[in-house]
Amino acid sequence: MLADKCILITGANRGIGEATARLCAKYGAQLFIAGRNGSSLHALAEELGSEAHNSVTPLVYDVADELAVKGAFRFIQQSTGKLDGLVNNAGLMLDAGLAMSRLSDLQQLLSVNTIAAYQHAQLASRLMSRQRAGSMVNLCSVVGEQGSAGQSAYATSKAALSGMSKSLAKELGSLHIRVNGVAPGFIDTDLVAHYPDETRQQVLNNISLQRSGRADEVAELICFLLSDKASYISGQIIAIDGGIKL
Amino acid sequence: MSTKQQLQSAFSESLGIEPTQVIDSLSYNSIAEWDSTAHMILIAELENEFKVMLDTDDIIDMSSVAKAKEILAKYNVEF
Repeated sequence: MLADKCILITGANRGIGEATARLCAKYGAQLFIAGRNGSSLHALAEELGSEAHNSVTPLVYDVADELAVKGAFRFIQQSTGKLDGLVNNAGLMLDAGLAMSRLSDLQQLLSVNTIAAYQHAQLASRLMSRQRAGSMVNLCSVVGEQGSAGQSAYATSKAALSGMSKSLAKELGSLHIRVNGVAPGFIDTDLVAHYPDETRQQVLNNISLQRSGRADEVAELICFLLSDKASYISGQIIAIDGGIKL
Repeated sequence: MSTKQQLQSAFSESLGIEPTQVIDSLSYNSIAEWDSTAHMILIAELENEFKVMLDTDDIIDMSSVAKAKEILAKYNVEF
């Protein structure tokens, strides 16, 4: 499904990012997997490269480091000269009410969840525009779409990402670059691993399917959006949340 | 191919204009073909042609062919 496609995934060493990397490799993509943890990233690259015989290149950098991001894209430009897909997955979450959220916390969330994604989109669009084709998938959130008490800072950063996705879809459409967002609900990843059982049960009670989602389920949607099977889908924020109501 | 020819080719192909139209005074938005979308394609072509990665400020400043030469010179491209 993704054979011969060259794809960059940020935050690829765990959770949804890792699941997406695994599935992209399975579907035949040539991958650049980005993250801050060099050892786990290299281990994943080695595993995926040997299993699927794909080219999987680890790029160790902090997505919030502007110069490091440029360096990563310079590497991609020099090594492949093209990019077919971008998955803006790297993200932070914060569970804190309005009164308990420092502005520095909000700035950090915006820096990683929004501004870093913007810079990646900016640089990726330049590689994609040469071939007049490409697909960007941004990891938005059900929290950004519906709002959630006690998560206003996180919601702010993710709602901005949704707005960015819709706007870029309009701006880049004439270059045949598709931009979409996926909005996961309650997915079993490190981000929610700290939830106490009681909180977890409260969330599950508000999900139609009465269960949490899995990272690989989100990864399937991301891979679909990256592929040519989604060739007429752009500017959408697609919920994958089991029917959650926040 | 000389760098001047490379530059001419990049402008000509990305804007969809004749090579003879690529002169120093040609400026952004002065012709219908050089709009914001074409500007993106132009930047991509220049980056690929000269193997550079332009700063956003330079992309914003690249308002003419002459300016493009001036900016690319900062990236060690000589004309």
